[in-house]
Amino acid sequence: MSGVVEVGVSGVVEAGVSATPRTLEVLAAGPLATVQDLGRAGLADLGVSRSGAADRGALRLANRLVGNNEAAAGIEFTLGGLVVRLTAAATVAFTGARCELSGFPGGWHTALSCPAGTVLALGTPSAGLRSYLAVRGGLAEPPVLGSRSTDTLSGLGPAVLAAGRQLAIGTAAPGQPGEDPGRPRERPGWPDGAEPLVTVGVAAGPRADWFCLDGLFDARWQVLPDSNRIGTRLAGPALRLRPGFERAAAQLPSEPTLPGAVQVPPDGQPIVLGPDAPVTGGYPVVAVLPAAELDLLAQLRPGSGVRLVSLPIDPRSVAAGRPR
Amino acid sequence: MTGWRLLPYGTGAVLVELAGAENVLPSRDALLSQGHPAVRAVVPAARTVLVEFDPDAVAVADLRAWMERCLAAPAPPATGAEPDPPVELAVRYDGADLPFVARQCGLPVAEVIRRHSAAEYTVQFCGFAPGFGYLSGLDPALRLPRLASPRPAVPAGSVAIAGEFTGVYPRSSPGGWLLLGRTDAVLFDLDRRPPALLRPGTAVRLRSV
Repeated sequence: MSGVVEVGVSGVVEAGVSATPRTLEVLAAGPLATVQDLGRAGLADLGVSRSGAADRGALRLANRLVGNNEAAAGIEFTLGGLVVRLTAAATVAFTGARCELSGFPGGWHTALSCPAGTVLALGTPSAGLRSYLAVRGGLAEPPVLGSRSTDTLSGLGPAVLAAGRQLAIGTAAPGQPGEDPGRPRERPGWPDGAEPLVTVGVAAGPRADWFCLDGLFDARWQVLPDSNRIGTRLAGPALRLRPGFERAAAQLPSEPTLPGAVQVPPDGQPIVLGPDAPVTGGYPVVAVLPAAELDLLAQLRPGSGVRLVSLPIDPRSVAAGRPR
Repeated sequence: MTGWRLLPYGTGAVLVELAGAENVLPSRDALLSQGHPAVRAVVPAARTVLVEFDPDAVAVADLRAWMERCLAAPAPPATGAEPDPPVELAVRYDGADLPFVARQCGLPVAEVIRRHSAAEYTVQFCGFAPGFGYLSGLDPALRLPRLASPRPAVPAGSVAIAGEFTGVYPRSSPGGWLLLGRTDAVLFDLDRRPPALLRPGTAVRLRSV
């Protein structure tokens, strides 16, 4: 298991150099901060949700910036407010919703080399919802079922972060810190304050033909405040079942679900399942957000306006870019 | 296998909808036994099986064709792999809903217990929480809808029924199933490999104690 290897390597590297453990100390957690990597894939048949970063692209980018494996564990924090102190020199990077970072103007999307004792204090982002902190070497919390992600629904993984928490920094970093190697640093269409309506692409879900899809694509949906890592709740004109499908929808036996699935409960207000959603659900799934679209949705704050557009099913055309 | 439909599930998954619950595990087994390098997970549920795949590694049309071949093929011969041994759970039938269930079913409490503990169950799928197995094989006379309003806290180990399934709550959680009893068995243990005692395909017997 990778955690064991890191501890061993750490002991070798640090022997005789310093007795101070390399840790990242949480001084303030803001509204919600958790340890996240790319989650627990492949355990859905045991009832274990994937969990992992809500904006996976942003965590991957942060890890690349510090030379980590893309799947290393970092901190996901919501609406800023995170304050951490480094007990030893470390290289960090911030991605996702851009927050003011006192002492480091222009410190976003770049590797920051910090001396021991550095305090990193994040303000509130002017746009976007979730930000990511990666540290070179990754966070060395004990993995649970192969992942260091906090699953806020099941409680698996590290506890939600609070002031006073000490997070050990690992030493496994295969690459060199620096500029992101050749990938888009910020995806197009990323929400900012000037964009009142964000367009999110969806592909067909298994029960798409049960619903009047004009209602899904014509509506201006609004992100509700009770959205979280389990699901993003959308409010708008109730999505209606087509005549003849009411009974099937009411009696639908539980179906497997994935993050990105757009469930429609009887009230017609869709819920987009997030990384911590249960692995099965009893509401019909009308559409599914591909990974990049789910990353975008994870950055929409309560009150944001959303328009859903239909994507082609062929993954090759999806990979070529979503409609603007 | 007869009677299935492939339904779209976004760009990285395809859902198999089956004619009946009895087709779910055979379909899962057919897909798992063939294997495909781009398939990341095969997840069963009540009437459906989800095949999750890497959309960068295979075109969805090719994956669907592979799934059709798997499902159409005759049942695979036994692989020689040992199936999970049956699990026996000791159950104290003292659940809060036992009198209600007996009334609704028109049976004496003792007969509810007898029927519930006599059945041979199979874990059809897991969901709701880590290690929560949906056990098929419930006596049809005991099928009742879940509570209209879930309890805020159901104790860990509660043995409960809802619809066509029975199940055991792995840990204390909110829940809307009808409570028949309790077991001391540990359903989900992170120090165990695999951590879930009940996995799809596991045979389960309940013993009244």
